[in-house]
Amino acid sequence: MEKLLGEFSFGLFIWQTLIVVALLLLLRKFAWKPILNTINDREEGIRSAMEAAAQARQEMQNLQTDNERILKEARGERESLLKEARELRQKMIDEAKEEAKAQGEQLISQAKEAIESEKQIAITSLKNEVADLSLQIAEQLTKETLSSDKKQTELVQKLLKEVDFKA
Amino acid sequence: MKRTLLVLFTLSLASNAFASSTSKEGEKKGSLKDEIKAYVQHHLKDSHDFYLGSYKEAGKKHYVGYIGLPVILWDNGLHYFSSAKFKHGKAVVQKGSNYYKLYHGKIYITDADGSIVYDADHHPTNEKPLDLSMTKSVITMLLTALFMFFLFRSLARSYGTNGNIAKGIGRFFEPIIIYIRDDIAIPNIGEKHHGRYMSFLLTVFFFIWFLNLLGLTPLGINVTGNIAVTFGLALITFLLTNLTANKNYWAHIFWMPGVPVLMKIALIPIELLGVVIKPFSLLIRLYANMQAGHIVLMSLIGLMFIFNNWLGSSLSFALAFSISIIELLVALLQAYIFTMLSALYFGFAVEEHHDEAH
Repeated sequence: MEKLLGEFSFGLFIWQTLIVVALLLLLRKFAWKPILNTINDREEGIRSAMEAAAQARQEMQNLQTDNERILKEARGERESLLKEARELRQKMIDEAKEEAKAQGEQLISQAKEAIESEKQIAITSLKNEVADLSLQIAEQLTKETLSSDKKQTELVQKLLKEVDFKA
Repeated sequence: MKRTLLVLFTLSLASNAFASSTSKEGEKKGSLKDEIKAYVQHHLKDSHDFYLGSYKEAGKKHYVGYIGLPVILWDNGLHYFSSAKFKHGKAVVQKGSNYYKLYHGKIYITDADGSIVYDADHHPTNEKPLDLSMTKSVITMLLTALFMFFLFRSLARSYGTNGNIAKGIGRFFEPIIIYIRDDIAIPNIGEKHHGRYMSFLLTVFFFIWFLNLLGLTPLGINVTGNIAVTFGLALITFLLTNLTANKNYWAHIFWMPGVPVLMKIALIPIELLGVVIKPFSLLIRLYANMQAGHIVLMSLIGLMFIFNNWLGSSLSFALAFSISIIELLVALLQAYIFTMLSALYFGFAVEEHHDEAH
């Protein structure tokens, strides 16, 4: 320890401290600050560039998925439109068929009714005609034999009713 | 290794001179050992002058590449002159009414004849003036500081001219700066406060590293192995730690949270001691490591001449060579450790949150 203290040179210590402090201050101003600032700026630049690149990549990906989605949607829409159209067509056809059928049936039933009523009318008139005819014939036949017209007609009518024309 | 060659040159001349008288074999070995010991001792110390090497010829010592350095003394007034005037301690320098003599690397006030008075342990008892000389270490530090200034200034400038990308030698140093920030400063001090200490950490790291490396050059200037230098560096760490410390740091010293009151009182002197011991360990660690490295290296080089045969000398050379390579690593390692521990102490000083488990 004594040897260490004996070796200690006060002058050297003073010079050393002066030199280091001066060097420290000079380097801080002229070297370390600009160097560290540049390094920091550069790192900041690299970091922000990387972030921007990542963001751009993300955006592009988003865009791509968007595009895909839009495309898919469009395809889906077309699909559904086509389906709708097909359904509509089918429906229209079905409806038309239905209507035609209904109308046809109605016409047929109307026709049937008309025929029936025509038939009834025809039968009635025929019946009357036959009755008249029969009367005339009977009149002709029995003009002289039959005294009471009225009794005869009733008889004939009764007889005619018994006759079934349908048979 | 120029230094090695010069040492080799010096010592081979010395041994040649001895070899002329074979009857003094034992004495030769002894004096060679003493000479190497003196040489190593001299090398470890700071010096008032600078020379590349020395040799003895016809009993006279010659110096190669000698440069006198400025001597600055404060002794009832400022005195300055070139250290060449001491003539390696042989001459007495007169300034005004005072006489100065260089003796074993230190300047003493003497009489006109330059007589040195010794005490019982053979230590000079002469008075010493306040020595503010620009010694070998001071000059080396100044040159290192200048070198560092221009080196990192050029790095800072190259960013401007090269689109924020380092150019030239800065490409080598920039990753080291980033390493110090990311792996020394931020983990120890924290993201928030590290900026304040970056200048000191960077300066101290490169300063110690470059000086350590300079110590390994053939010039072999042992600056960081000097206690005054490491003391100065550790003192700055100490001051920075305690002057920038927050409330939490002082609370941990004077009123440790989470322990009983008696413990709190018992911990005060221990914690206060710790405040001083931390930077003290810094200064001793750096000093001792560099000093030891130089002693080992120089001794191994000296061993080559003591063996003075092909087997022993080549083995010592191989050892000295491998130790040199290890010392290269130690030069970096010690700079790293000093910076790392400084950062750790700064971290203690600015730590905010503290868990009770500690």
